[in-house]
Amino acid sequence: MKDFFRRRGTISLLGSLLSILAGLLLGFVLLLVFNPSHALSGLSNMLFTGLRDMSKLGKVLYTAAPLLMTGLSVGFAFKTGLFNIGASGQYTMGSFFALVAGIQFQLPWYVAVLLGMVGGAVWGAIPGIFKAFFNVNEVITAIMFNWIGLFAVNLSLNNMPMMIASYWGAVTKERTAKLADANPAAILPKLGLTESLGNYMNIGFFVAILSAVVIWIILSKTTFGYELKACGYNRSASLYAGINDKRNIILSMTIAGALSGIGGAIYYLSGTAQFTIVKSLLTMGFNGIPVALLASSNPVATIFSALFVSYIQVGGDMLQPEFAKEIIDIIIAAIIYLSAFALLVQGVIAKVLMNRRKNCAPAAREEDDRC
Amino acid sequence: MSEYVIEMLNISKEFPGVKANDDITLQLKKGEIHALLGENGAGKSTLMSVLFGLYQPDAGIIKKNGEVVRIDSPNDATALKIGMVHQHFMLVEVFTVLDNIILGAEQSHMGFLKKDAARKKVLDLSEKYGMRVDPDALIEDISVGMQQRVEILKMLYRDNEILILDEPTAVLTPQEIDELIAIMRSFAAEGKSILFITHKLNEIMLAADRCTVLRKGKLIGTVDIANTSKEELSRMMVGRDISFRVEKGPFKPGNVVLEVDGLSVPSRVHKKNAVSDVSFSVREGEIVCIAGIEGNGQTEFVAALTGLEKASAGSITLNGCDISHASIRARSCAGMSHIPEDRHKHGLVLDYTLAENLVLQRYWQEEFQFRGFIRRDSVRKYAKRLIEQYDVRSGQGPETIARSMSGGNQQKAIVAREIDKESKLLVAVQPTRGLDVGAIEYIHRQIVLQRDAGKAVLLVSLELDEVMNLSDRILVMYEGRVVGEFDPKQTTVEELGLYMAGAGRKGENTAGRADA
Ligand SMILES: Nc1ncnc2c1ncn2[C@@H]1O[C@H](COP(=O)(O)OP(=O)(O)OP(=O)(O)O)[C@@H](O)[C@H]1O
Ligand SMILES: [Mg+2]
Repeated sequence: MKDFFRRRGTISLLGSLLSILAGLLLGFVLLLVFNPSHALSGLSNMLFTGLRDMSKLGKVLYTAAPLLMTGLSVGFAFKTGLFNIGASGQYTMGSFFALVAGIQFQLPWYVAVLLGMVGGAVWGAIPGIFKAFFNVNEVITAIMFNWIGLFAVNLSLNNMPMMIASYWGAVTKERTAKLADANPAAILPKLGLTESLGNYMNIGFFVAILSAVVIWIILSKTTFGYELKACGYNRSASLYAGINDKRNIILSMTIAGALSGIGGAIYYLSGTAQFTIVKSLLTMGFNGIPVALLASSNPVATIFSALFVSYIQVGGDMLQPEFAKEIIDIIIAAIIYLSAFALLVQGVIAKVLMNRRKNCAPAAREEDDRC
Repeated sequence: MSEYVIEMLNISKEFPGVKANDDITLQLKKGEIHALLGENGAGKSTLMSVLFGLYQPDAGIIKKNGEVVRIDSPNDATALKIGMVHQHFMLVEVFTVLDNIILGAEQSHMGFLKKDAARKKVLDLSEKYGMRVDPDALIEDISVGMQQRVEILKMLYRDNEILILDEPTAVLTPQEIDELIAIMRSFAAEGKSILFITHKLNEIMLAADRCTVLRKGKLIGTVDIANTSKEELSRMMVGRDISFRVEKGPFKPGNVVLEVDGLSVPSRVHKKNAVSDVSFSVREGEIVCIAGIEGNGQTEFVAALTGLEKASAGSITLNGCDISHASIRARSCAGMSHIPEDRHKHGLVLDYTLAENLVLQRYWQEEFQFRGFIRRDSVRKYAKRLIEQYDVRSGQGPETIARSMSGGNQQKAIVAREIDKESKLLVAVQPTRGLDVGAIEYIHRQIVLQRDAGKAVLLVSLELDEVMNLSDRILVMYEGRVVGEFDPKQTTVEELGLYMAGAGRKGENTAGRADA
């Protein structure tokens, strides 16, 4: 028995590592294609930037925090059998609420994070309500609410002069004010971590880890989690068990939205990022999807997949200016995509090992006799 | 050439915690119907899945016509003309019958499906063997009997010579079973070979040429049906004699527990009511049975009774409380237990462990949770008790994922959960579907014990034997109406059969009224 579990553990680790390796290989090939002379240095940049110095590691953690939140958001909904493609809109709403709290109302950071959570939760709840009461597919509603959210926020910001940077003395009109100018109390505490981990570091990453743990506890320890997963695995059976699936769908989407909302809040309350008024959806929400998939929606594993994706992204940023931003995105996408094949590769490895074991069955039997 | 078309020699297959097949040899002759018999979890489905390429054996070889073959996947099996109908059907619910039949064996011309030729072949086959199907119906809209025919046509469409049928009769009505056996005979007469799993000894005696018996993963032996008896088979299978009769205490009905009045339920497929104007009551200490041919409204009636679906008219009273509009949870709390008809759809969350499934109706109760946190220890302890008491067999006890359990043991788990729940009314739909004779004996005894302890039992069953053995009162349902009430001591299977087919006197009257 022990042997069996050990073998399964090795297989899954081996599978993940092999897929990541394959992803990097593909990345390298792409680097070669786009700019051969810088391919090697590019690869080493991608691979080692995150560890080069502490400030880069700080940046990895900083980017990982919102990724982890949106990854948790997608993964949590997924466990309930819902596909939360609306993480982007919820993230946008969370950012907006948090920034309005911080800048317009001059509230401290913890209230701003809470309000960001509320903003995301509301935006998550809407597709949930539509699904529960009118049986409208949550994917459709969520996609529409991504856009509604984006433009509602843009519109509001354009009509809230106090939110815009120029009000606080900066030249730009299309982005929100620097928190350092507008309300330093709204910046997430840095706990002195900046000394060692650079300017980007703040408690955001710990908030995200805490959320992952809370979600893990909800899913695996509580009756609420039991109900949610039952709905996700088999809706008819959960109905039969008397589980109120309407309530659970709404709650699940609300919580998923809240998670994305926190993600937006902690990213923009870092004090280093400013919300820019653009016409395209924020990618952070969509990046939550591969993060959740890589982790098979397991909240604890999501911590590691968020770190991995963030690590590759931070490394990727170092490829500029030798490589265009779009090409870097393609390469990152290729790496993440192949890494998601981890599960597939595991199956193949398991099969190969099995066959090998079958072929030397007599030897194995002798071993059995000895113990 | 060898005498056998298929030989499975010294096959072993181990799953975590259980040796499902231990050195099993099975030889299949050309043109024979070979039954495979064994208790729930004995390893029958596993052995057949090995032959069909779904599992790789840990040891042993498979020969076809005397030559060793490797079957690594169902595709290999199909290439060797081996086909299988699984215990739980593998059909795409939202596809049509025709699409399901050709799925995986589609023929195309420049990337377009050539459906016309396929349709003709399917219709020819269905005509030749008298298996009526509507090629354009969606799977989700047709009865299980029809789905079964689709599965069989799927094998014939692929020109399979070796047909594996895993418990094909568990979901069929007695009439359909007779038809199936006739069809199997005609296959065998054409030289096809059939491996046939069933728990019903009568069917084996009727249809099979030989029978191989497994017990707990080991081979007990292969016997010629001509030289054996039901009793010997059951002794080989469970190692003791089985009594086919159920001992019941005296009939002492008490207060009315369930009162159904004028219940009507709309149908999902047609405009008429699936259940119309059904009224009856069930008292304490009484087993009332609803008999009928599948598809006469029993499913819809139970769905409305248990709250899975809404009734359009009528009322339901449980223990004096009107529960006509109560939620499923409320009905459950008011004292209703429900063994559902479809164990995979309603009865189990297949990806949950056995323990988690055993508390599916009770996880929220004081005993199993504290301030919203599940009390793992009590869940485990409770699961262990039920597993022991009801002899639910699985590889890893409470931690076994329900999906990996044998079909019969999944059923036992559901029955255990529902009987053990403190309730006043037990609604049992086909409670012994897919169980071995030993388990049936045990479950029947449990149901009777419930009755003797003063609970009300509403049994819905297609098996007339079960109906006659267990019930104190029989209601026959035909086209959504109760067309007759019988005392099992004063009626015969034949009379019930007539009423079930709609030919009863009262049945004619009611039918006439419905038309008017
Ligand atoms: N995929 C699997 N993973 C783990 N254990 C399994 C798996 N499939 C079957 N088993 C175990 O192997 C044993 C034999 O199962 P199998 O399904 O072959 O029984 P069976 O004879 O078909 O029983 P039934 O009459 O109930 O259908 C059972 O104990 C079951 O729990
Ligand atoms: Mg089976």
